[in-house]
This record gives sequence, structure tokens and C-alpha cells, in this order.
Amino acid sequence: MIPGGEGTASPRPVLSVRAFTKRFPGVLANDSISLDVMPGEVHALLGENGAGKSTLVKCIYGFYRRDAGELLIDGVPTEIRSPQEARSQGIGMVFQTLTLIPALSVVENVALFLADLPALPNLEEIAAELESLGDRYNLKVDPWAQVRDLSIGQQQKAELLKLLLSRPRLLILDEPTRVLAPQEIEGFFRVLERLVDDGLAVILITHKLNEVLECADRIMVLRQGRVAGEVARADATETGLVRLMFDRDLTRSPVSRHATEEPDGPPALELQQACSRGEGAETSLERIDLIVRPGEIVGVAGVSGNGQRELGDLILGGVTCTKGTKRLFGRDFTRHSIGDVRRAGVSYIPENPLVMAITPYLTVLQNMAITQTRRYARRGGLSIDWQAVESDTELAWQRLGFQIAPYLPAGSLSGGNLQRMVVARELSHDPRLIIASYLTRGLDVQSAHAARAALVQARDQGAGILLISEDLEELFEYSDRMVVMHAGRIVGDFKTAEADIYEVGRLMTGSEFAYVEPS
Amino acid sequence: MSNRPSQRGAASLWAGLARVAPRYGAMILLVFVLFGLILLISGNDPIHSYRDIFVSTLGSTYGLSEVAVAMTPLLLTALAVALPSRIGLINVGGEGQLYMGACLATWGALTFGALPGWLLLPIMVLLGMIGGAAWAWIPGELRARGIVSETISTLLLNPVAPMIVAFFVFGYWHSPMDTNKTSIFSSSARLPTLFGTRISLGLILGLGLLAVFWFVMRSTRWGLEMRAIGWNHQAATLNGIPTRRYVVGVMCLAGAVAGLAGMALVSGYYGVLLANFSRGIGFMGFLVSWLAGGSPLGIVVTSFVVAIILTSGNLLQLTRDLPYSSINILLAMTLFVVLARPSFTRKRGAP
Repeated sequence: MIPGGEGTASPRPVLSVRAFTKRFPGVLANDSISLDVMPGEVHALLGENGAGKSTLVKCIYGFYRRDAGELLIDGVPTEIRSPQEARSQGIGMVFQTLTLIPALSVVENVALFLADLPALPNLEEIAAELESLGDRYNLKVDPWAQVRDLSIGQQQKAELLKLLLSRPRLLILDEPTRVLAPQEIEGFFRVLERLVDDGLAVILITHKLNEVLECADRIMVLRQGRVAGEVARADATETGLVRLMFDRDLTRSPVSRHATEEPDGPPALELQQACSRGEGAETSLERIDLIVRPGEIVGVAGVSGNGQRELGDLILGGVTCTKGTKRLFGRDFTRHSIGDVRRAGVSYIPENPLVMAITPYLTVLQNMAITQTRRYARRGGLSIDWQAVESDTELAWQRLGFQIAPYLPAGSLSGGNLQRMVVARELSHDPRLIIASYLTRGLDVQSAHAARAALVQARDQGAGILLISEDLEELFEYSDRMVVMHAGRIVGDFKTAEADIYEVGRLMTGSEFAYVEPS
Repeated sequence: MSNRPSQRGAASLWAGLARVAPRYGAMILLVFVLFGLILLISGNDPIHSYRDIFVSTLGSTYGLSEVAVAMTPLLLTALAVALPSRIGLINVGGEGQLYMGACLATWGALTFGALPGWLLLPIMVLLGMIGGAAWAWIPGELRARGIVSETISTLLLNPVAPMIVAFFVFGYWHSPMDTNKTSIFSSSARLPTLFGTRISLGLILGLGLLAVFWFVMRSTRWGLEMRAIGWNHQAATLNGIPTRRYVVGVMCLAGAVAGLAGMALVSGYYGVLLANFSRGIGFMGFLVSWLAGGSPLGIVVTSFVVAIILTSGNLLQLTRDLPYSSINILLAMTLFVVLARPSFTRKRGAP
């Protein structure tokens, strides 16, 4: 334990945790963890999926009950039995999944959260307070906007405002940047700085090294439920942290950059002037021209909500092509069903695996089989060859270098494991076109690495890949060609080697890009 | 499905049973006491009434066979609800589908009455299933196209079907003697009865179809796909499962099963088509399926219990001079008990 902070005014920690232990059936999630959080400090918890970060903070927040250990607030032993008690002790937490009610306005959501809400709430007053808080911390959200109309980034701001209104002393943020666009992350760190300047203590959970190095004052690394080490920011290096996280150095397999010779045969995907009509919150796609050739990775850059999801759905066949054509592997697929498209060799890693890819009440093995029910059906569908499913699954685990218990219901997996499972499923059976949305979202450094390596391997075996991401670094490193999406259109098309990251960023935000609608 | 995780299930099942048995017992006792009070108020001796009920239903072969007769259509109409519920559809239209099945089967019986039974009965079964399926196809198609929820459309179609039946019965099919029913079917149009009782072949059909349902859900490709749809419609669609086709197909199948119930009723039980022959048997099937959580074995058990109550209703009316509707009170109380069922029986039900 490092005593004291660097130059903090108060020597006494806001929160101290002594020897926390939490056991789940079969897993020791937290093994005697101790930590101190000083006021005016960002305390980062770093670790790979399943290292015990979320469990630890959920114990602190009263969401889980710890099996052993002691909790001190301002040096006084305190018992927190529920999130309500945590809040009354001045602890606020932003969860991975935001908890606002979409149909209500921001101010109504905030009012609902207030402990002492009068029978006739004065919403104007709360709104005014929200605005002044927003000015102070640069968290500008229209208090009267309906939550469902807000972008994820704005929703997160609203969630933060909601907590700040109750004047907390400690904020717990569980992977807050997971849902944010690159520019938003930058802004988010500025907000954190201001909060900390005001004397708040922050616990930040993440598995992104660069974020930790950018904004944390102290970094605690967890590994398999234990504290692997704790370092001050000044002493932290990327390699040092990686070693702490994995107990070994990660070697990056070199990306074999393709010589972009024109491959033989038809393109894996060819969209010509494809349009779709967005319903509700969906974005309409406008005259998309896109070609993905076998053996190439085409990156799609864009701020989320600009039509990337609809593009994936359009290619798969979930969204109808109202105009234009869609050809896969040289054949017309404009009107084909999702089943036909998938059987032609298209696989899809959607942005939200829990909602869009898996069935939580089926087991892992059953989920691995549901995209391939015809392949595994025996005796005309009367039975299913579960042994074949199991051996294929085993093979997929081996290739990606991890293991998931096959008979657990998928709904009981952590977010990272879910994503691993979906990646494994979609990369098996030698797909010829892979649509990967936010491939590495929720994955720790090592799994992300394995997933990307598997993608590159598929590419080298001749699959065409559409990589949809907000992580520009990832796109620049892995894609052969890049397109930029904004407001349902493709507004830029580059060879990655010739692309300029600032130009891409500018096109993504659409700030100076003036598209004139031809009338 | 792979059933490895259930290997340790047997021991915990017994433990669970031991835990909930007292609670169930107390609940059943409560039903008896409450209904006993109603019997008392209506001037009857509850002890005697209860004895009558049990002796006449469970206490004799004839009584048991009458319970089985009442149970037959319930098995089928319950299955017509349980099947679509597996992909998240709520079919409230069993009653209408049953009427349409009976209607078309009757047309077959009246038109081809001269054919021998081995030929005529399969034709009537087929016609009954087509009638129910066609009636259920309408809500299925509307739902698949995203126009109307199947819950609303099946419910709204229910009162229409008996009117269509009435139209044909009153207009064309009635016997020379009556206005509200057809003449008695020829013997080749009657489902054979078993062991000299009134139990028809319909009972075997119902139990057989429930077994098929159990097998399909447990082992087959279609069962897996249906479970995937039922628990996450969007993911199933994106995984390439033809969800729309399933919605229409499963609704039609459910309608076919309900239509079969209608055919079994007119051919196996009544032997004529009465204009208003079903007193809510389709709705009773909804109740049974729902109480059983859609599980095949649960449907058999629940149908049996409901059949006992329905049969004893007739009896109370005859011997104790109680109105038939008083049996609805007993049914409602039983419903209450089952609604408070302990958690371990709920596993299969709604997620």
C-alpha cells in the first residue's frame, strides 16, 4: 500500500477497504483486497475481464455483500448494506449499462433519483440546478430533453449530473468510456479533472491502458481477484502495467500488411447506391457504395449512431434495401433473407451481443449452435449432433486461446465472456465475409489481441472483412482501406496508408463537411 | 438438448418437493374450506358434497372415464396455447379455432358420410386441422407483418367463428327436426371409443401430440430454433433463423391442434354439430396451459384436475341443486392456489 497521495491536502482517505473477500460459486472473485481512496484523486482499477474489478466496487456500493473484510469511511468503520445506504454515505456509482428511463426527460429522471423528493416536485428548480452544475463541470445536457433522444454520451453526462446533484464525495465509474466516441472520451477526462479539482474522489474501472495513463493519479492492478500491484501515475509505464495485468509480456503478432494487389474473383461485398429507410431511432442509409474484396479489411470509422449499425443490418438482410443493389460473392442478394445471407458465408459480430447475438437462457453450447442449426441437424432435424457442436466449440476456444464453460446459461456470463463467445462463434466455420462491429468492446487487452489476430488470420485466408469501430487506432492498425460514415452516408474513402487521422476525425464529426443535398 | 446439468437434479427435486409439499397441502385445504363455506351458505352439507364429488370422479371406473372424456379437448386446446407461447406468441384464439375446425370437419362428415370410417376419419381430422389452421393463419400473418399483435387479433376473431358455424347450421346443415344442430353423424364419421366407455380416440391423439411436442422442443433443430426465438427474438433473427416463417407456421400449427380439438368434440363426443357446442373449452385450454407453464406433463396433470372440477360441476348441479356456475367459484379458487405456486415449478414458465 502506498501511504498518502501526491500532494493531497487531506491525509485521510475518504474510503478505505481492508481485506475484502468475496466468493462466488467456483470463483474467488476478490481475495483479501485492500485499497485507500484519497479525496481529489482518481484511483484507477485496472485488470482483464474477470479480474474482480466490478465485484469489488459492487461490494463497496452495497450491491453485493462481501464475505469478509472491513470498510472505513473517513476512517470510521461503516457498514453499507444497500445502494441506498451507499448514497446516503456520499458514494455514487455509474454502472456499465446506463439506468435512465428513456421515456422521461432528463430532469424527471434526476428527480426520481432524489432521496427527498416532495409530493409535488419543483422540476424548474431541479433543472436550474442541473444547468448550473452543468456549467461548472462542462456537462451540458438539456434538462428538458427526453432521454431517448440523447446520444449515449449525453446520457452518460445526464447520469453523472444525476449523481452530482446529491453532492457525493466518492464517485465510482464502471468502464465509463466504453460507450463513448473518441472526442467524447477526451471531454470526459476534462470533466473528471474538474471533479477531482473540487475534492471529489473517483474510482475508475477500466481495462484501457492509455486511459489510465492519461487520467489516473494512482493505478491499482487486479489479477484473478488479487491486487497484483499499485503504482503512482508518475511511475507507471505501459509495459509495466501489462506485466502486472498478465504476469507476462504481451507480444504483438505483426500484422501482415497486404500488398493491395487486385485479387481474383468477385468482391465479397458490393453495395451499389444502397438506401434504407430508418424507422424510429434508426438512421436512414443514403446511397451507399461500398466494396469489400476477399482478403481485405475495410474499416468503417464514424461516431456511433451515424448508420454503422444499419449498414451491418443492411448487409445481413435485417434492414431492407429500398433502393440500389447488394451483391455478395458475385451474386445478387438484395432481397434475400438473413438465413440465406448467413448460409452464403456471412458472419456478424453485432455491437451489442446480449441483445443482438445471444439468447441468455440457452447454454453457451446451444448459443454456439443457433447460427448453424442446419449444419448440426441430424436425421432431417429430429436430433442435433451436440458432440459436433462441442468439438467445434472446443476448436474455436483453442484458436482464440480461452475457455468458457459450455453448459452455463449464456446470460450468466460476464460482458467480456459474452463478447468472446460471440467472436468465437462468428469466426468459426470459415466465413467468407465478416461484419465486425466494435469487435473488441468489453474485451481485455489479451482477448482483444486474440480477437484481432483471429480476424487478421481470417483475412489472410481470403475472407473479406468489414470492421466497424470507433477506435481509430484499431482501424488504422488493422484495416487495409477505410471509409468514414456520417449521418447515414459514406463521406470518405481512403487507403489506410494514405489516410490522415485528423482528416478522418474531421469527416467523422462532420464539423466542416458540408454535404449539399442535390434536390 | 444436452442435459448434463440436470444430472444432479433428481436429489434437489425431492428436496424441493419436501419443502413445498406442506405449503401445497395447506393451499388445497384452504380451497376446500372456502368452497365448503359456499356450499354451507347454499344450504348443502360440504362433507357429503365432497364425498359425492370424489366418489363419482375418482372413486369409480365410470367416474374416471368421464374425467378422461372432459380432459380430451383440454389437452388439445392447451397445446394450442403452449406451442406458440414457446416463441413468445400469446394465442387467445383457441375457442375460435376450435369452432372452425369443428365446422370444416362437420362439412366433411355430412358430405362424405357414405365413405368407410378408415377413410372418412382421416379426412375429417385433416379438415378439422385445416379449419383451425386457416383461422389462426390470419393473426399469424398479421403479426409476422407487424400489423396487429396476435393477442388482440386472436381474441377478436373468437366470437366470429361461432357465428360462421351458426350460419351454416341454421342455414344449411340443420336436421329436419331441429334448427340448431345437424342430424346425427353416420357411424363411420364417429371417432371410435375405447374400452366401451365414452372416451374417444381423441384422448390418445392429445396425449400423443403432447409427447411429440415434448420431443420436438427437447431434441430437434426446430425446438432449439423456437427456444432461441422465444427468448431473444432479435438475436434469433440476426442469427439467420427465419422468425417470420416461424410466427406464421407456429400459429397455423396451433390453430390446427385447436381445430383437431373441435373435430374430436363433434366426432368423438357429440356426434352432431350443435350451433353453440363449446362452452369456453378453448379458453379453458388457455388457463390450463398457462397454469402448467406450457410444459407437456404439466398440461396433462392440470387438464386432469380441471376435468375433475368440470365433471363434478355437472354432478353438483344434478344432486345438490347447485347452479353450474358455482363450479366457476371452485375453479377460480384453484387458480388462486396455483398462482401462489412455489418457485420450483415455475422454471419452465415465462423467463
